[in-house]
Amino acid sequence: MKNITDIQNEIIENFELFDGDMESILFYLMDLGKKLPAMPEAHKTEDFIVKGCQSKVWVYPSFMDGKVIFEADSNTEITKGLVSLLVQVWSNQTPDEILNSELFFIEKIGMSRMIGSQRSNGFNNMIKQIKLYALAYNSKNN
Amino acid sequence: MAQKLDITSIRNQFPILHQEVNGKPLIYFDNAATTQKPQAVIDALVKYYSHDNANIHRAAHTLAARSTDMFEDTRKTIQAFINAKEVEECIFTKGVTESINLVAQTWGRKFLVAGDEVIITTMEHHSNIVPWQMICEEKGAILKVIPINEAGELLMEEYEKLLSSKTKIVACVWVSNALGTINPVKEIITKAHAVGAKVLLDGAQACSHLEVDVQDLDCDFLTISGHKLYGPTGVGVLYGKRELLEAMPPYQGGGEMIKEVSFEKTTYNEIPYKFEAGTPNIGDVIAFKYALDFINEIGKENIATHENELLKHCVDGLLAINQSVKTLHATSPQQQPINLIGTAKQKVSVQSFVINGMHHFDAGMMLDAKGIAVRTGHHCTQPLMSYLGVDGTIRASFSVYNTLEEVDVFLEAVKKLIKR
Ligand SMILES: Cc1ncc(COP(=O)(O)O)c(C=O)c1O
Repeated sequence: MKNITDIQNEIIENFELFDGDMESILFYLMDLGKKLPAMPEAHKTEDFIVKGCQSKVWVYPSFMDGKVIFEADSNTEITKGLVSLLVQVWSNQTPDEILNSELFFIEKIGMSRMIGSQRSNGFNNMIKQIKLYALAYNSKNN
Repeated sequence: MAQKLDITSIRNQFPILHQEVNGKPLIYFDNAATTQKPQAVIDALVKYYSHDNANIHRAAHTLAARSTDMFEDTRKTIQAFINAKEVEECIFTKGVTESINLVAQTWGRKFLVAGDEVIITTMEHHSNIVPWQMICEEKGAILKVIPINEAGELLMEEYEKLLSSKTKIVACVWVSNALGTINPVKEIITKAHAVGAKVLLDGAQACSHLEVDVQDLDCDFLTISGHKLYGPTGVGVLYGKRELLEAMPPYQGGGEMIKEVSFEKTTYNEIPYKFEAGTPNIGDVIAFKYALDFINEIGKENIATHENELLKHCVDGLLAINQSVKTLHATSPQQQPINLIGTAKQKVSVQSFVINGMHHFDAGMMLDAKGIAVRTGHHCTQPLMSYLGVDGTIRASFSVYNTLEEVDVFLEAVKKLIKR
């Protein structure tokens, strides 16, 4: 399994190809969203909605062989692409790795330009939510 | 007869339009949210703070006299703009929201009693719903809602059925921000008056597109936002008939609104000052006059003619996309790629629509990537959206500085979204 830093570097490289062209970036994000494994409808409950997002976003955690697996979905394609980046970085990692990781790719791919401060609030909530899940599994583990 | 406008020279008065967004020339189609400001308005703000700034109505010095005169000059200009009988009937607020709250909290608090009825419409902006819900709850009054048809027009027969001697006020949007519908306000007012009810018009959207004559309309209150009229944010107007304003208690207490204050008793100032407690938004009010001058110079009729041409071009273009894609994919008519939302016969230059299979948020982001600013979402009209069975729309709204070429770029972009 690739580590969190390598995955982030790969994401940054992929985004660099677009040279800041917003339209291509959004199309790419929507494609990424489509590639996200389908999330069972049963997991899309009120409990797993990320609060404070303009669109609906669900993140569903499970724990297997010491690693946290995240499923995610959204009712908008672009947001789904964005949350898929978080899944890419953090799914299949141990709680410890998740909790100790620094998300540096967000700034590097110009996320703030993409979503503005209004929506980065929602994005930050996704990040917080994922870290909280990791924390919960971590304390259960120890 | 409307005259052909020189849109290039109009555009040149708006510095903000001349920029790129995401590497593309900005196309600003979010005018129903707020219009851009002509240079004259921007200059007026700079001049006020560089030369004339002083608190008004108070001091004996020259700057105070100057700023007071300019402030009151805007009041005269807005009086003429809406043809109010008296200048004192125009109260400065910070916008439509505050104007409506003022009426609900003063007129409503004094005159509504348990069992009274307040009538609004299905297509109200939240700012003409919530203030009435609040006062109705406090007073035990009942809120009634005029339904609409699929095109987004009021069902006037239903309105008549709602009217009775219990109706105390009809608070109605003149032009819908989400649909563009122009409501038959004159008829609404006549019918309300026939049962002794007052009428408040939410003029947020109407005043930039339509001629306004409060005496001819005979409305009791009219609310206006300066920022939707090419003016600064934070300035609005409440027009009210003198006898109503005089009968209403003050809204907020403080300086300016008093005649005499002692610890035992305070007597209130005359209108309009009774409702203008504290230091008002002097600079923006002064600059607002230049926005009104801008509109007056071009002429409302000329503005409307141009805007209606843009609207027609847009609607025709969206329908043509439906046609072309239908032949392409031979989809059923029910599965048209675009559904127009708001197809009233009487409309201003606002068009809402949804793209089937695409969330409005994604559409808004994709259009923004092409430098096109539209509004997406519920437009502060959630009850209307749930009535229409959508959770939001894409809304393009046009202003005098927009061009047919911009509409073409927009239509191309929408087409691309559908064919992606
Ligand atoms: C129809 C309508 N009413 C009220 C408002 C509220 O105006 P403001 O935010 O300027 O107070 C708006 C603005 O969006 C509007 O479009």
